[in-house]
Amino acid sequence: MSLGLLSIILLVLAVAGYVLGRRKAVSQVEGDIRKLHSLPPFYGRITALLTAVPAFFLIAAWLLAQPLFLENKAISLINPAELPAGKSAQLVMADVRRVAAGLNMLAARGEDVTPLLASPSALKTALNGAGVVLETEPTPSTLAATAALRDAGKTSRLAMTIAALVLAVAGLAFGLSRINPEYRARNATEQFAMWLLIGSSLVAVLTTVGIVASLLFESIHFFQLYPISDFLFSATWTPKFGGGSSLGILPLLWGTLYVSAIALVVAVPIGLMSAIYLAEYASKATRAWVKPAIEILAGIPTIVYGLFALVTVGPLLRDYFAQPLGLGNSSSSVMTAGLVMGIMVIPFVSSLSDDIINAVPQSLRDGSLGLGATPSETIKQVVVPAALPGIVGAVLLAASRAIGETMIVVMGAGAAAQLSLNPFEAMTTVTVKIVSQLTGDTEFASPETLVAFALGLTLFCLTLALNIVALVIVRKYREQYE
Amino acid sequence: MKDQRLETRVDTQTIKIEARKAQVYYGTNHAIKDVDVDIMDKTVTAFIGPSGCGKSTFLRCLNRMNDTIPSCRVEGSITLEGESIYDPRVDPVQLRARIGMVFQKPNPFPKSIYDNVAYGPKIHGLTRNKAELDAIVESCLRKAALWNEVQDRLNAPGTGLSGGQQQRLCIARAIATSPEVLLMDEPCSALDPIATAQVEELIDELRSQFSVVIVTHSMQQAARVSQRTAFFHLGNLVEFGETGQIFTNPKDPRTESYISGRIG
Repeated sequence: MSLGLLSIILLVLAVAGYVLGRRKAVSQVEGDIRKLHSLPPFYGRITALLTAVPAFFLIAAWLLAQPLFLENKAISLINPAELPAGKSAQLVMADVRRVAAGLNMLAARGEDVTPLLASPSALKTALNGAGVVLETEPTPSTLAATAALRDAGKTSRLAMTIAALVLAVAGLAFGLSRINPEYRARNATEQFAMWLLIGSSLVAVLTTVGIVASLLFESIHFFQLYPISDFLFSATWTPKFGGGSSLGILPLLWGTLYVSAIALVVAVPIGLMSAIYLAEYASKATRAWVKPAIEILAGIPTIVYGLFALVTVGPLLRDYFAQPLGLGNSSSSVMTAGLVMGIMVIPFVSSLSDDIINAVPQSLRDGSLGLGATPSETIKQVVVPAALPGIVGAVLLAASRAIGETMIVVMGAGAAAQLSLNPFEAMTTVTVKIVSQLTGDTEFASPETLVAFALGLTLFCLTLALNIVALVIVRKYREQYE
Repeated sequence: MKDQRLETRVDTQTIKIEARKAQVYYGTNHAIKDVDVDIMDKTVTAFIGPSGCGKSTFLRCLNRMNDTIPSCRVEGSITLEGESIYDPRVDPVQLRARIGMVFQKPNPFPKSIYDNVAYGPKIHGLTRNKAELDAIVESCLRKAALWNEVQDRLNAPGTGLSGGQQQRLCIARAIATSPEVLLMDEPCSALDPIATAQVEELIDELRSQFSVVIVTHSMQQAARVSQRTAFFHLGNLVEFGETGQIFTNPKDPRTESYISGRIG
């Protein structure tokens, strides 16, 4: 049974639960709903929830866990002797998965796939016709594993369908059995809704934990192959895929911080001042079109900013600043990337700060103006200090955005990892190197690829630290404000 | 509307602010109509009247706070010591330093208690050194009857004080620029009776140095603190005279109805 059909059946059961629950509640008091603790729809709702939600959770959990169990079973069928040279069982499993997917596709079209499993060559032709291209004919053990995978998949799917339906019906019965006039269906619905909300927020938290854990495990793997002190303190970055590479993070970290700092030097004054203009001086009509116009900047894809950096800003800076000043003749430079990135993050600073400045109570402005302060004195001494926690938040958001930016750096600052103070020199950042270490056909076994995870972890720690600083600052000033 | 006795008093006391045929419009809404008021020096003048009668609007005209509302327009003449305050040559910023204001809700700045009081003197450059500034802060806090409560924590945030203390801090802040007139827009409406009594006592003391204009919803308060009372109704100045006379022997039937609680 397909997932869609199963979902529809569960929904139908839930609707039935609603109708039955409601009807049972009403019939128990012989239509006099004043005798019920809650309004009739609540009895229907709680029954429907008890029917559908546990079953859907079961399906989600089953689908997440299924591949792990199935593959362990299939991988044991692959004969180690048949493995081609240099290929691991994991790589063969990738083939097994593709063949199984192709066969499922053919079967879904209504073709008979049993004869194909008997002849590898016919299978290869049929799969090519279906868009699944195999390099070689599958070996017998691959075929056996494929067949086992498909069989187990079918069994597991059937078991899941039955389990879900049984759970749904059980939920329905349980829900109905609890209905009596004293049953507090309204409160129970409330509780159920709360657990659903908790579950949703847990998904976000658990995903973050999962991401950090995967970064952490791969990074530990990397540090087993490469000394952590070299990674953290070496000033050279020269990855060689043949081995013997030097993977020091310092040049990348320096590049990241340098580019982000330039971006913030550009974005913070411009963004903050435009926010002050918009919030304090601009008329409603002006604000109505200037604010969206600035926000358009945030909507431009970063690759377009990258093009702008590569084609316009880079050559301009080289011809009018770097060369006349004798600071180099590279069109990719930290300055190029920083300037363009600064323009990109202006709306993050201005739009948020504008909202925050607007939220400062008018009574504070009146108080200051009433003492004979000018509007600009009022803004400097009262409005901006009152809005400071929010403004710091906006700036740090812009900073994390700048630190994580990749495209503009690749196109504006180049990919040369070096430590230099000259802003007209090409440099690169952590994100760019993560991309370049992972692109291409490489195995996740050498330090040259695994270093990407360590870089990612470093980046994560950096933004985490920024967030903590932001939190501390915000907390310190909020006390004064409220 | 003014009786003979008042006219003679006008002659003997100096008029600080004089409004003649003052009109205020919010867009097309005619909020204040033909208001004639004389604010005497070293006198507490109370504006009373039902909500929406325009007393706060008129108060905000006296220091041009209505300039911050784009749709607001003021006509007629309002003069401070004979000079029109709506003259284009008048700097509203300078004017507001001469006519201070205390608002309905306490609005201390998100700064320390000290900095709240020192704000005005600092922006107007009233002191030459830190010692003078300290002296101003102390004397204003003393005048506002707050010094004893806050002298140990001048660096604590002003927003951390209680509501009544905050309002007295705002009064201290307003008198720190040594204004000639102090406008108070329902200064006690957010305060409990004890804090109200403290503020009222304070207003009475301030009368020796400034002329005070207070908008209030409480007729008892107007009777307690003011020497002269103006009754506004629907944008008109109905009656203006000595407080005792307004409350005991009102001339206009509307004033009498309001004071006895029949309208408003």
